[in-house]
Amino acid sequence: MSYRLELLLGAGVILALAGSLLIGPAGLLPAESFAALLSGEGPAGLVMREIRLPRAILGALVGAALGLSGAALQGYLRNPLAEPGLIGVTGAASLGAVIALQTGLAAAFTLGLPLAALAGALAAVLLILALAGPRGAALTLILAGIAISALAGAFTALVLNLSPNPYATYEMVFWMMGSLANRSFTHVWLAAPFVVVGGAVLLSLGRSLDALALGEDAAESMGVRLSRLRLALVLGVASSVGAATAVAGGIGFVGLVVPHLLRRAVGSRPSRLLGASALGGALLVLLADIAVRLILPEKDLKLGVLMAIIGAPLFLHLVYRTRRELG
Amino acid sequence: MAEAPARVVSMNLCADQYALLLAGPGQLVSVSHVSRDTVASPYAALAAEVPVNHGGAEEIWLLRPDLVLAHEWSDTRVLAILRRLGIDVLQIPVPEAIAEIPDTVRAYGDALGQSATAELLATAFEQRLADLEFRAAALPPGKTATLYGANGYSAGMTGMAGDILRHAGLLPAGGALFAGGSVPLETLVMEAPDMIITGARYAGWSRSEALLDHPVFDALPAARRLSGPAWACGTPRVLDAVEALLAVREAS
Repeated sequence: MSYRLELLLGAGVILALAGSLLIGPAGLLPAESFAALLSGEGPAGLVMREIRLPRAILGALVGAALGLSGAALQGYLRNPLAEPGLIGVTGAASLGAVIALQTGLAAAFTLGLPLAALAGALAAVLLILALAGPRGAALTLILAGIAISALAGAFTALVLNLSPNPYATYEMVFWMMGSLANRSFTHVWLAAPFVVVGGAVLLSLGRSLDALALGEDAAESMGVRLSRLRLALVLGVASSVGAATAVAGGIGFVGLVVPHLLRRAVGSRPSRLLGASALGGALLVLLADIAVRLILPEKDLKLGVLMAIIGAPLFLHLVYRTRRELG
Repeated sequence: MAEAPARVVSMNLCADQYALLLAGPGQLVSVSHVSRDTVASPYAALAAEVPVNHGGAEEIWLLRPDLVLAHEWSDTRVLAILRRLGIDVLQIPVPEAIAEIPDTVRAYGDALGQSATAELLATAFEQRLADLEFRAAALPPGKTATLYGANGYSAGMTGMAGDILRHAGLLPAGGALFAGGSVPLETLVMEAPDMIITGARYAGWSRSEALLDHPVFDALPAARRLSGPAWACGTPRVLDAVEALLAVREAS
């Protein structure tokens, strides 16, 4: 088996990371930028090290978390519509994060924010799996997802409206649309451990998911313990999506678009799709975050806007195809 | 104005301030609820005794006002209803420069039938302004400053904020900071002003304000100051803001 696809995606991620470091309102030349990044001297050094570097790293982390979670959920539910954003995991993670921030939990102890977002994501994944069942029928999955998303969104808005702070409306836009603007290394350190651990758990599920593609009975006869697979999946998705959402807000569609685009290239093998989707997700979010800065540099265009413009038509296409298959 | 209106209702923070300063005893029936907010309202202490409203047409109508004070940008639908009901609605522009403040004081004085009080206040303001200008002239020139608040918002230097800085002998920072609006953190770092003035925090937590905790601020050489209610609305208290900046600069 050749890993050309993974190598290409990896090279793409490295180029996009470089692009992300080079583009910004400060208008530094590429050579200046890299010199400043290495030296850390002067205002340019601050811009590179404290503003652009954490933004680029977070873009890759968040994208990888979302792409990988999408691929894992789709492999487990054997349904191409399973996506953290669409099925309410992102929304519930946002709710957890907002509660942690508004109650002061996030300020009281360092891991309060990612853990609360993780708890929100965990609740949503468990609820989805309970409602949609192990086979993840398309209709139940999407209906349950809509309900969980709507409920999480409503509670997020309620919590923010109850806040005495006048910036609540801005907050809602962030938690629904996501953004990487003005993030710092504080956010990288908060999210990275959870994304990495969650991601590692999900990547380890590849062989079980391959077996599951043949059906549950076949998988069990091949030695896959379904209850354990399910537990690992739930924790992995909650940990990576929760942490990503806690620092970048609700970025949708990554987990839908990326596995969809890559599925054929990996021969529809869930195990290979996991790694490829992590790379593809990182690439897509980095590119989207570059586009956000190029299209309307002064306006803080939200990442979720761009992702929805890319993702929603694809989703419509999937819905159309699913409908046809259902006959 | 011939006769003083007996029942005055103000439905905007900035109009509230002038009404609180100038109204006679019992004349001011209600002010907006924001006027009690000590972060945003320059004369919040004066508002403690006055009942508050939330700017709804029905709510205002029930107060039976003879005169309603509103902002230029107050909800036009509410104002249209009030006018249709025969209530006088006055929208005196918020001053955009310190020099416009005395005349704004006088305009509110005329509207409230308190011209004599207003004249005293305006004259005292002009005297204090002259003193502060004298102090500012003694300071070394060339230091730059900017406002940078929640969401990276810079008030822009063409209005009152820039005028406050200039009266403290400071040079408004250039570029996007001068133009105002949401300015990326990167732009602020590259512009490297000598002083950054940020807003005071509201209660509760917001990502918008958390921007000001970004570690890059600790690495910047700029001095950081808090703005405050004195900066809001172009009231006579803007001179408190000017004086506070002057005191900092004279001490250093």
